[in-house]
Amino acid sequence: MEHVLNISPYIGYVFPNETVFPWSVMIAVYPYMTGLVAGAFSVSSFYHVFGMQTYKPLARFALLTALSFMIFVPLPLLLHLGHPERAFNAMITPHWTSAFAAFGYFAAFYVCLLVLECFFVFREDNVARAKNATGLGKLFYGAVTLWSDDVSQKARIYDHKWLFVLAVIGVPAAHGLHGYVGFVFGSLKSREWWGSDLMPVIFLFSAVVSGFALLIVLHVVTSLWRKVPVNIPCVRGLAGSLWGFLMFGVLLEGVEYANVIYKAREGIELILVFVSGPLFVPYFVLQFGIGAFLPIGILAFLIFGKVGGRTLVVGAVVSALLVLMSVFMMRWNVVIGGQMISKTLKGLLSYTPPLLGRESLLAAIFVMLAPFGLLWVLTRLFPPWDDADKQAMPRAADNEKMPLLAE
Amino acid sequence: MKRKKAPPKTERRAFLNMIGKTVVSAGAMLGAGSLLDKKEAASAQSFPTADYDWTKHRWAFGVDATRCIGCLRCAEACKAENGTNPDAHHFRTWVERYVYLEGEERALVDSQADPQNIAAAGAEGVYRFDNRYKDEKVDKAFFVPKICNHCTHPACVQVCPTGATYKTKDGVVLIDEKYCIGCEYCVQACPYGARFFNTETQTSEKCTWCYHRITKGLQPACVEVCPVGARIFGDRNDPASPISEFIRNNRVSVLKPETGNAPNCFYIGIDKEVQ
Ligand code: SF4
Ligand code: SF4
Repeated sequence: MEHVLNISPYIGYVFPNETVFPWSVMIAVYPYMTGLVAGAFSVSSFYHVFGMQTYKPLARFALLTALSFMIFVPLPLLLHLGHPERAFNAMITPHWTSAFAAFGYFAAFYVCLLVLECFFVFREDNVARAKNATGLGKLFYGAVTLWSDDVSQKARIYDHKWLFVLAVIGVPAAHGLHGYVGFVFGSLKSREWWGSDLMPVIFLFSAVVSGFALLIVLHVVTSLWRKVPVNIPCVRGLAGSLWGFLMFGVLLEGVEYANVIYKAREGIELILVFVSGPLFVPYFVLQFGIGAFLPIGILAFLIFGKVGGRTLVVGAVVSALLVLMSVFMMRWNVVIGGQMISKTLKGLLSYTPPLLGRESLLAAIFVMLAPFGLLWVLTRLFPPWDDADKQAMPRAADNEKMPLLAE
Repeated sequence: MKRKKAPPKTERRAFLNMIGKTVVSAGAMLGAGSLLDKKEAASAQSFPTADYDWTKHRWAFGVDATRCIGCLRCAEACKAENGTNPDAHHFRTWVERYVYLEGEERALVDSQADPQNIAAAGAEGVYRFDNRYKDEKVDKAFFVPKICNHCTHPACVQVCPTGATYKTKDGVVLIDEKYCIGCEYCVQACPYGARFFNTETQTSEKCTWCYHRITKGLQPACVEVCPVGARIFGDRNDPASPISEFIRNNRVSVLKPETGNAPNCFYIGIDKEVQ
């Protein structure tokens, strides 16, 4: 396969080998997706671990969202690798000094955890579906319940115990996975823009924020699609959390930025040119201005102005979309921005992803849309909404409160 | 009785191997033996040669920037020797030009990969510096050859998730291109821009100090062709080697010492602007 070089224009002096960007748009997409996973998982664990009833209507959908994205997380990485067929080398002979050596294990573990959690969350429904279905459907739902159709009170308590334990493990796992991604960047001393101790925490907060935002949008969109009313308390709860986490995230990034500028180490002249020039719009305008401060304002108005109904929904969705854009810009400004500053500290490079090809804009868009496709399929197979097929198969758990840790 | 013909070479080697194996690995597993055979067969054609003992050497590189005239024979020889992509974006070694114009605080820097230099040379595969400063008042100017530093604590080796990049016992940092997954984490991590991605093999590539040559007692190609002796190479285990003398007789410095990489490429005659 002929590999077309994407040569980056530059100003100043850059090392000759730097004119080809090592990490492309795919590597910006990758932390964006792990972030959405971590964020969506947080929402589901708000109910499953902390028992917050506000998030109950979204808990199962959030879990499916996390799973759909997690399954596609390795894709941008594989598309980036020169030898994707050798990807398992990193798992067969992990070189443990590498910050990336454990990724394969970590990701695999996390997918298993999500699948297991889904198994328990949907088991009762699937048992009922297996009973009602015929032919292929019967086989399928039988298989996903592992042909165990015990939905007695005892079995359900057992399920819930497992669910709780898995969610408790899942919370640090999801956030660990994403903090780890931040570490991959933050631990590189070769890049002034990356080498920061705050990076893992910044990644973490932006992840949670992006997950909340995604679920606000998805909840409203799916409600409209299914022609059911939007769950206002749920949206209000999400908007409130989004507001809180967003402020903290912005604060962290502000501290990080102030650190770089105030420490003013070697290369500061170049960094100032960078932030006031090529980074101005993506960083100050898109990531901070329109993407963070504006939604903080809108959300504060929605929450403290006790706004309800349509205005709340529209305001929350607009804010959420802006936040999703902002978090993507953050990934872009870190991954691509970091590489724009030459290691010579005497030059700036620029990067435009090609339109077509393995690491192109179109491929990136495809990678980001693919999880939505999977999510659609999964919600058809395992409707996560509490109101779905209620008449057809009432679930016992709907009307009783399940003790989380019953004996 | 007719004398038996000597067995052909490969057979003889197999025979010798067999004896060697019985002596050395009495008790070792059969599978390990056949692996040895394969390795030896490969090393006969490639590097290092069978008699090369990498525990006996400690290679290092020196650059006397005061001597470099920017002729770029090194860059050319390197590309030819290693079959590196001849374009302006893939260099195992390159040369930088630092020019202080009169009254200027900062140096102007370029390398042979600069578009203006390529235009002057006529093509990307031809390397030369143009004469852009001929009408300027130049205060100070010098050339600095650059190469992989084969660091003592190489960031590239640290980050490689597969171990495809590794440090040999004789101090050289190499890439196993049959094992590299092409993630370019190492390209990212090298503070010196010494690595690049080879689009043909789809793996990372960089200077090997011509490992195939030095393990046979030859000099790296760039050292061999340098007409002024600006590049010095040798074994630090040998106190009389050119590199040992170079380090002993000069106050040497390394590039970006603050990274903790501890380079094994030692410089004299560089200046504060050189990164
Ligand atoms: S100079 Fe760069 S590529 Fe060479 S050993 Fe050091 S870190 Fe690795
Ligand atoms: S590109 Fe190859 S040598 Fe470099 S870090 Fe990845 S696997 Fe290792």
